[in-house]
Amino acid sequence: MIPFLVCVLLFLFGLYAIVVKRNLIKMIIGFCFMEYAVNLFFAFAGFKREALAPIITDPDMARNFVDPLPQALVLTAIVIGLATTALMLALAMRIYAKYKTFDITEIRRLKG
Amino acid sequence: MTEIYVVLIAMLAAAVVAIEVKDLLAAAVAMGMVGFSVAIAFILVQAPDLAIVQIVVEILTVVFFAAVILRTTHTDTTVGKRLKQELVFPAVVYGGFALLFMVLACRVFSELPAFGEPVMRVARDYIAIGLQQTGAANLVAAVILDFRAYDTLGEVVVLFTAVVGVLTVVRRLGRKADKKPEEK
Repeated sequence: MIPFLVCVLLFLFGLYAIVVKRNLIKMIIGFCFMEYAVNLFFAFAGFKREALAPIITDPDMARNFVDPLPQALVLTAIVIGLATTALMLALAMRIYAKYKTFDITEIRRLKG
Repeated sequence: MTEIYVVLIAMLAAAVVAIEVKDLLAAAVAMGMVGFSVAIAFILVQAPDLAIVQIVVEILTVVFFAAVILRTTHTDTTVGKRLKQELVFPAVVYGGFALLFMVLACRVFSELPAFGEPVMRVARDYIAIGLQQTGAANLVAAVILDFRAYDTLGEVVVLFTAVVGVLTVVRRLGRKADKKPEEK
Protein backbone atom coordinates (compact mmCIF):
# COMPACT_ATOMS: atom_id res chain seq x y z
CA MET A 1 0.00 0.00 0.00
CA ILE A 2 2.93 2.38 0.61
CA PRO A 3 3.83 2.70 -3.11
CA PHE A 4 0.23 3.72 -3.83
CA LEU A 5 0.40 6.38 -1.12
CA VAL A 6 3.65 7.71 -2.60
CA CYS A 7 1.76 8.19 -5.88
CA VAL A 8 -0.95 10.13 -4.04
CA LEU A 9 1.74 12.24 -2.37
CA LEU A 10 3.36 13.09 -5.71
CA PHE A 11 -0.10 13.94 -7.08
CA LEU A 12 -0.68 16.29 -4.15
CA PHE A 13 2.73 17.95 -4.67
CA GLY A 14 1.72 18.62 -8.26
CA LEU A 15 -1.66 19.97 -7.15
CA TYR A 16 0.12 22.21 -4.63
CA ALA A 17 2.26 23.69 -7.40
CA ILE A 18 -0.83 24.34 -9.54
CA VAL A 19 -3.05 25.82 -6.84
CA VAL A 20 -0.65 27.75 -4.60
CA LYS A 21 2.38 28.65 -6.79
CA ARG A 22 2.19 31.84 -8.83
CA ASN A 23 4.82 31.07 -11.47
CA LEU A 24 3.52 29.65 -14.76
CA ILE A 25 6.52 27.35 -15.30
CA LYS A 26 6.12 25.95 -11.77
CA MET A 27 2.45 25.31 -12.49
CA ILE A 28 3.35 23.39 -15.66
CA ILE A 29 5.91 21.36 -13.67
CA GLY A 30 3.15 20.59 -11.16
CA PHE A 31 0.91 19.40 -13.98
CA CYS A 32 3.72 17.07 -15.15
CA PHE A 33 4.01 15.68 -11.62
CA MET A 34 0.31 14.88 -11.52
CA GLU A 35 0.69 13.01 -14.82
CA TYR A 36 3.67 11.05 -13.52
CA ALA A 37 1.77 10.18 -10.35
CA VAL A 38 -1.18 8.74 -12.26
CA ASN A 39 1.06 6.83 -14.68
CA LEU A 40 3.06 5.40 -11.81
CA PHE A 41 -0.11 4.43 -9.97
CA PHE A 42 -1.33 2.43 -12.97
CA ALA A 43 2.02 0.67 -13.35
CA PHE A 44 2.01 -0.18 -9.62
CA ALA A 45 -1.58 -1.42 -9.77
CA GLY A 46 -0.61 -3.95 -12.46
CA PHE A 47 2.53 -5.14 -10.70
CA LYS A 48 2.68 -8.78 -9.62
CA ARG A 49 5.35 -10.12 -7.31
CA GLU A 50 7.83 -12.66 -8.72
CA ALA A 51 6.39 -12.15 -12.23
CA LEU A 52 8.11 -11.30 -15.51
CA ALA A 53 7.62 -8.45 -17.97
CA PRO A 54 4.80 -9.42 -20.41
CA ILE A 55 7.04 -10.48 -23.30
CA ILE A 56 6.76 -14.03 -24.59
CA THR A 57 10.26 -15.27 -25.35
CA ASP A 58 9.28 -18.92 -25.77
CA PRO A 59 5.75 -20.10 -26.77
CA ASP A 60 5.86 -22.92 -24.23
CA MET A 61 7.05 -20.83 -21.28
CA ALA A 62 5.06 -20.57 -18.05
CA ARG A 63 3.08 -17.33 -18.45
CA ASN A 64 3.59 -15.71 -15.10
CA PHE A 65 3.43 -12.08 -16.25
CA VAL A 66 2.62 -8.72 -14.71
CA ASP A 67 -0.64 -7.17 -15.95
CA PRO A 68 -0.08 -5.87 -19.52
CA LEU A 69 -3.34 -3.87 -19.67
CA PRO A 70 -2.42 -0.92 -17.40
CA GLN A 71 0.96 -0.77 -19.11
CA ALA A 72 -0.73 -0.41 -22.49
CA LEU A 73 -3.02 2.34 -21.17
CA VAL A 74 -0.14 4.24 -19.57
CA LEU A 75 1.96 4.00 -22.73
CA THR A 76 -0.57 6.15 -24.58
CA ALA A 77 -1.02 8.48 -21.60
CA ILE A 78 2.72 9.26 -21.41
CA VAL A 79 2.84 10.39 -25.04
CA ILE A 80 -0.30 12.51 -24.66
CA GLY A 81 1.31 14.06 -21.58
CA LEU A 82 4.30 15.17 -23.63
CA ALA A 83 2.05 16.79 -26.24
CA THR A 84 -0.06 18.69 -23.71
CA THR A 85 3.06 19.84 -21.84
CA ALA A 86 4.52 21.17 -25.09
CA LEU A 87 1.27 23.04 -25.79
CA MET A 88 1.28 24.59 -22.31
CA LEU A 89 4.92 25.62 -22.65
CA ALA A 90 4.21 27.26 -26.02
CA LEU A 91 1.35 29.24 -24.46
CA ALA A 92 3.56 30.21 -21.50
CA MET A 93 6.23 31.46 -23.92
CA ARG A 94 3.62 33.57 -25.72
CA ILE A 95 2.34 34.98 -22.41
CA TYR A 96 5.91 35.90 -21.44
CA ALA A 97 6.46 37.63 -24.78
CA LYS A 98 3.39 39.80 -24.09
CA TYR A 99 3.67 40.50 -20.35
CA LYS A 100 7.45 39.98 -19.65
CA THR A 101 6.65 37.95 -16.53
CA PHE A 102 5.58 34.46 -15.47
CA ASP A 103 3.90 35.75 -12.29
CA ILE A 104 0.18 35.07 -12.69
CA THR A 105 -0.84 37.87 -10.31
CA GLU A 106 1.07 40.40 -12.48
CA ILE A 107 -0.50 38.97 -15.62
CA ARG A 108 -3.95 39.41 -14.14
CA ARG A 109 -3.14 42.98 -13.13
CA LEU A 110 -2.07 43.95 -16.64
CA LYS A 111 -5.32 42.69 -18.21
CA GLY A 112 -7.51 45.03 -20.27
CA MET B 1 11.56 -4.42 -2.99
CA THR B 2 13.83 -1.96 -1.12
CA GLU B 3 15.18 -0.49 -4.39
CA ILE B 4 11.75 0.82 -5.31
CA TYR B 5 11.39 2.65 -1.99
CA VAL B 6 14.80 4.29 -2.46
CA VAL B 7 13.77 5.44 -5.95
CA LEU B 8 10.42 6.74 -4.69
CA ILE B 9 12.03 8.71 -1.86
CA ALA B 10 14.50 10.27 -4.32
CA MET B 11 11.54 11.10 -6.55
CA LEU B 12 9.62 12.88 -3.78
CA ALA B 13 12.73 14.83 -2.69
CA ALA B 14 13.36 15.96 -6.27
CA ALA B 15 9.70 16.95 -6.59
CA VAL B 16 9.97 19.22 -3.52
CA VAL B 17 13.15 20.79 -4.92
CA ALA B 18 11.54 21.35 -8.33
CA ILE B 19 8.56 23.12 -6.79
CA GLU B 20 10.45 25.30 -4.30
CA VAL B 21 13.76 26.24 -6.01
CA LYS B 22 14.21 29.83 -7.22
CA ASP B 23 16.10 29.14 -10.47
CA LEU B 24 13.66 27.85 -13.10
CA LEU B 25 16.37 25.95 -14.99
CA ALA B 26 17.22 24.10 -11.77
CA ALA B 27 13.51 23.37 -11.37
CA ALA B 28 13.42 21.88 -14.88
CA VAL B 29 16.45 19.69 -14.08
CA ALA B 30 14.86 18.54 -10.82
CA MET B 31 11.72 17.73 -12.79
CA GLY B 32 13.90 15.62 -15.08
CA MET B 33 15.15 13.76 -12.03
CA VAL B 34 11.55 13.02 -11.02
CA GLY B 35 10.80 11.72 -14.53
CA PHE B 36 13.88 9.48 -14.64
CA SER B 37 13.05 8.16 -11.16
CA VAL B 38 9.63 7.26 -12.58
CA ALA B 39 11.41 5.47 -15.46
CA ILE B 40 13.55 3.48 -13.00
CA ALA B 41 10.43 2.62 -11.00
CA PHE B 42 8.83 1.36 -14.25
CA ILE B 43 11.81 -0.95 -14.79
CA LEU B 44 11.53 -2.22 -11.20
CA VAL B 45 7.83 -3.08 -11.65
CA GLN B 46 8.63 -5.07 -14.83
CA ALA B 47 7.39 -2.51 -17.36
CA PRO B 48 10.30 -2.11 -19.83
CA ASP B 49 8.14 -0.59 -22.60
CA LEU B 50 6.98 2.14 -20.26
CA ALA B 51 10.54 2.80 -19.11
CA ILE B 52 11.77 3.25 -22.70
CA VAL B 53 8.92 5.63 -23.58
CA GLN B 54 9.27 7.51 -20.30
CA ILE B 55 13.01 8.11 -20.84
CA VAL B 56 12.46 9.45 -24.38
CA VAL B 57 9.53 11.62 -23.30
CA GLU B 58 11.40 12.93 -20.25
CA ILE B 59 14.41 13.97 -22.32
CA LEU B 60 12.10 15.83 -24.72
CA THR B 61 10.18 17.46 -21.87
CA VAL B 62 13.34 18.76 -20.20
CA VAL B 63 14.62 20.02 -23.57
CA PHE B 64 11.33 21.87 -24.15
CA PHE B 65 11.47 23.37 -20.65
CA ALA B 66 15.11 24.41 -21.13
CA ALA B 67 14.33 25.95 -24.52
CA VAL B 68 11.44 28.00 -23.09
CA ILE B 69 13.37 29.07 -19.98
CA LEU B 70 16.48 30.08 -21.96
CA ARG B 71 14.30 32.20 -24.23
CA THR B 72 12.49 33.89 -21.36
CA THR B 73 13.81 34.19 -17.81
CA HIS B 74 15.77 32.12 -15.30
CA THR B 75 14.50 33.43 -12.02
CA ASP B 76 11.21 32.70 -10.36
CA THR B 77 10.32 36.13 -9.00
CA THR B 78 7.54 34.74 -6.84
CA VAL B 79 9.81 32.66 -4.55
CA GLY B 80 10.89 34.18 -1.25
CA LYS B 81 8.28 36.91 -1.07
CA ARG B 82 5.81 36.85 1.76
CA LEU B 83 2.60 34.93 1.18
CA LYS B 84 0.25 37.46 -0.36
CA GLN B 85 -3.27 37.96 0.94
CA GLU B 86 -4.86 36.60 -2.22
CA LEU B 87 -2.94 33.32 -1.86
CA VAL B 88 -4.12 32.52 1.65
CA PHE B 89 -7.47 31.28 0.39
CA PRO B 90 -6.02 28.86 -2.23
CA ALA B 91 -3.51 27.59 0.35
CA VAL B 92 -6.26 26.90 2.91
CA VAL B 93 -8.50 25.24 0.32
CA TYR B 94 -5.55 23.15 -0.88
CA GLY B 95 -4.70 22.06 2.67
CA GLY B 96 -8.26 20.96 3.33
CA PHE B 97 -8.50 19.13 0.02
CA ALA B 98 -5.12 17.39 0.50
CA LEU B 99 -6.15 16.13 3.93
CA LEU B 100 -9.51 14.86 2.64
CA PHE B 101 -7.84 13.29 -0.39
CA MET B 102 -5.28 11.44 1.73
CA VAL B 103 -7.95 10.07 4.08
CA LEU B 104 -10.15 8.92 1.20
CA ALA B 105 -7.12 7.44 -0.62
CA CYS B 106 -6.18 5.43 2.47
CA ARG B 107 -9.72 4.04 2.69
CA VAL B 108 -9.79 3.19 -1.03
CA PHE B 109 -6.37 1.53 -0.98
CA SER B 110 -7.37 -0.67 1.92
CA GLU B 111 -10.09 -2.13 -0.34
CA LEU B 112 -7.94 -2.38 -3.50
CA PRO B 113 -5.96 -5.57 -4.07
CA ALA B 114 -2.63 -5.22 -2.26
CA PHE B 115 0.52 -4.01 -4.01
CA GLY B 116 1.98 -6.98 -5.91
CA GLU B 117 -1.24 -9.01 -6.17
CA PRO B 118 -3.39 -7.67 -9.04
CA VAL B 119 -6.72 -9.26 -10.00
CA MET B 120 -5.98 -9.44 -13.77
CA ARG B 121 -9.44 -10.54 -14.89
CA VAL B 122 -9.20 -8.95 -18.35
CA ALA B 123 -5.49 -9.52 -18.77
CA ARG B 124 -5.88 -13.27 -18.25
CA ASP B 125 -7.38 -13.62 -21.74
CA TYR B 126 -4.82 -11.30 -23.30
CA ILE B 127 -2.00 -13.37 -21.84
CA ALA B 128 -3.61 -16.69 -22.80
CA ILE B 129 -4.54 -15.91 -26.42
CA GLY B 130 -2.47 -12.81 -27.24
CA LEU B 131 0.29 -14.63 -29.06
CA GLN B 132 -2.02 -16.86 -31.14
CA GLN B 133 -4.45 -14.08 -32.10
CA THR B 134 -2.08 -11.21 -32.81
CA GLY B 135 1.30 -12.82 -33.39
CA ALA B 136 2.95 -10.22 -31.15
CA ALA B 137 5.41 -11.62 -28.62
CA ASN B 138 5.21 -8.39 -26.63
CA LEU B 139 1.78 -8.46 -24.99
CA VAL B 140 1.78 -4.69 -24.37
CA ALA B 141 2.21 -4.13 -28.11
CA ALA B 142 -0.54 -6.70 -28.73
CA VAL B 143 -2.92 -4.74 -26.49
CA ILE B 144 -2.22 -1.23 -27.83
CA LEU B 145 -2.02 -2.16 -31.52
CA ASP B 146 -4.65 -4.89 -31.76
CA PHE B 147 -7.04 -5.44 -28.84
CA ARG B 148 -7.34 -1.73 -28.09
CA ALA B 149 -6.32 -0.20 -31.42
CA TYR B 150 -9.15 2.38 -31.29
CA ASP B 151 -7.67 3.67 -28.05
CA THR B 152 -4.38 4.23 -29.87
CA LEU B 153 -6.23 5.91 -32.75
CA GLY B 154 -7.76 8.32 -30.24
CA GLU B 155 -4.32 8.97 -28.80
CA VAL B 156 -2.97 9.80 -32.27
CA VAL B 157 -5.84 12.27 -32.76
CA VAL B 158 -5.06 13.99 -29.44
CA LEU B 159 -1.36 14.06 -30.30
CA PHE B 160 -2.06 15.55 -33.72
CA THR B 161 -4.35 18.19 -32.23
CA ALA B 162 -1.75 19.16 -29.63
CA VAL B 163 1.02 19.39 -32.25
CA VAL B 164 -1.19 21.58 -34.47
CA GLY B 165 -1.90 23.72 -31.39
CA VAL B 166 1.82 24.12 -30.63
CA LEU B 167 2.60 25.04 -34.24
CA THR B 168 -0.27 27.55 -34.27
CA VAL B 169 0.93 29.20 -31.08
CA VAL B 170 4.64 29.44 -31.90
CA ARG B 171 4.56 30.18 -35.64
CA ARG B 172 6.14 33.43 -36.83
CA LEU B 173 3.17 34.63 -38.86
CA GLY B 174 1.09 35.01 -35.70
CA ARG B 175 3.84 37.00 -34.04
CA LYS B 176 3.96 39.51 -36.91
CA ALA B 177 0.19 39.98 -36.91
CA ASP B 178 0.45 40.47 -33.16
CA LYS B 179 2.95 43.32 -33.48
CA LYS B 180 1.25 45.31 -36.21
CA PRO B 181 -1.54 46.90 -34.13
CA GLU B 182 1.06 48.12 -31.59
CA GLU B 183 3.13 49.87 -34.26
CA LYS B 184 0.20 51.90 -35.55
